[in-house]
Amino acid sequence: MTKFFQRWTVFAGLVAVWQLLGWLADDPFFPPPSEILSAAWEWWVLEPQNFTEHVMPSIGRLLLGWAIASVIGVALGLLLGRSDRAMEYAGPLLVFLRSIPPPALVPVFLLLFKAGTSMQLATIVFGVIWPVLLNSVDGARSVDVTKVDTSAVFRIPRWQWVLGVVLPAASPKIFAGLRVSLSLSLVLMVISELVGTDNGIGSQLMQAQREFDYTRMWAGIVLLGVLGYGLNTALLAVERRALAWQPRSRDEQHA
Amino acid sequence: MSNMLEVADLGHTYGDYEAIGGLTFTVRAGELVCVVGPSGCGKSTLLRTISGLVAPSRGDVSLNGSHLAVVFQDYSRSLFPWLSVQGNVEFPLQSLPRAERRARAAEALEWVGLGAAARKRPAQLSGGMQQRVAIARALAYRPALLLMDEPFASVDAQTRFELEDLLLRVRREHDTTVLVVTHDIDESVYLGDRILVLSGSPARLVADLEVPLPAERNQVTTRTDDAFVALRSKVARLLNVGGKPAMDVDKWAAAERESLSETVSS
Repeated sequence: MTKFFQRWTVFAGLVAVWQLLGWLADDPFFPPPSEILSAAWEWWVLEPQNFTEHVMPSIGRLLLGWAIASVIGVALGLLLGRSDRAMEYAGPLLVFLRSIPPPALVPVFLLLFKAGTSMQLATIVFGVIWPVLLNSVDGARSVDVTKVDTSAVFRIPRWQWVLGVVLPAASPKIFAGLRVSLSLSLVLMVISELVGTDNGIGSQLMQAQREFDYTRMWAGIVLLGVLGYGLNTALLAVERRALAWQPRSRDEQHA
Repeated sequence: MSNMLEVADLGHTYGDYEAIGGLTFTVRAGELVCVVGPSGCGKSTLLRTISGLVAPSRGDVSLNGSHLAVVFQDYSRSLFPWLSVQGNVEFPLQSLPRAERRARAAEALEWVGLGAAARKRPAQLSGGMQQRVAIARALAYRPALLLMDEPFASVDAQTRFELEDLLLRVRREHDTTVLVVTHDIDESVYLGDRILVLSGSPARLVADLEVPLPAERNQVTTRTDDAFVALRSKVARLLNVGGKPAMDVDKWAAAERESLSETVSS
């Protein structure tokens, strides 16, 4: 319980200060949290279709894009990580592709896929695949020699080598990549919704801004924060379970 | 007795460096043979070529059986930390049906006295217990030959004696053929039915010695037995004659006496 207080005191304090300043300043650009919350309530709870038609599809695209990037990234990463030659060929290309800021590719994907879900997914996938991919490569390379030898001596089948040795050995690094990718997914989800669509949290944010409805704009921003926090917390819980075998997991560090 | 392992003119070079220079020896079924040689004499290369991890530059290794198992020195790296003890022992048995896999692993864990630790993770066990898990894993695989690479070099002296006796018991009970690579002269005499003494690099066979000790051995009485002492000195002399002086025999003897007296007093 004391830990809970420790963790949230600063946060609650800042909200309180903001509330106070909001009241005092009475500035339409910076509404106090209470107004933001009531706007959020009106917007998403009293009119649930706003939630089901904008928020849920956004979350869906975010998760789907992240999942696609994760599967491709892990599979490709393990493959490349276990082959020095493949990495020699592909390495420079990966570094080059990773260096391109994903938002710069939104126009390209717009041309390729037209506006809509596929273009948004492509933006998310291309943007978030790199942390997973590069961490998987790193992880796959980190299988120590004794485990390689042990596996070779026992002549285990290929699937067991990949799924039973390389994947678990790489999993701490993979999870680090997955976490970075997940928060990046949120960013790219919003960016992909800023142009060419009237659907999703990002587009609603833009719309609120254009209509000078700053309270709603803030409500959207707060929603994104809550979403990011929630997703990260959920992934951490999964990670903690999956990596429970590690002598000292990062329990305290992220709490 | 049939030969379990036949090594003929085995040689290996890394570039210009000759690690092994033509070794010929056999290991008979049910025998425990120790390979002893100075540090860095190519013992690891020998083990890697026999186990098939490295293709030798020349010569032949033939095993009378389909597979062998290796117990490595570094148990903490050889075991898989994400698997339970049971999972680790089942690791090489994936081609078997689940029930048989279970049964074999449980049995092998009983043999090394770890039946109760099946559900623990390796990291929850002491070093000696982890090495016992590695031994159980190797035994569960039912290898034609059990290769051991400095198996007890990373544990304390007390645990080392326990593990040596465990190995002697298990291999007697299950008629396992064992080849132990070690740099420890005492250990080679205590464990072996036969000792292969290697020279410094490139490794060549200096002597192939029968160990004139009864099958039943005891950490206190065997080690003070005249035959034990005589053979130990002989191996030590051979190691010095075979090439450069490999180790300080006096220092080593003193350390060994110390660890022995520790065991007796505890």
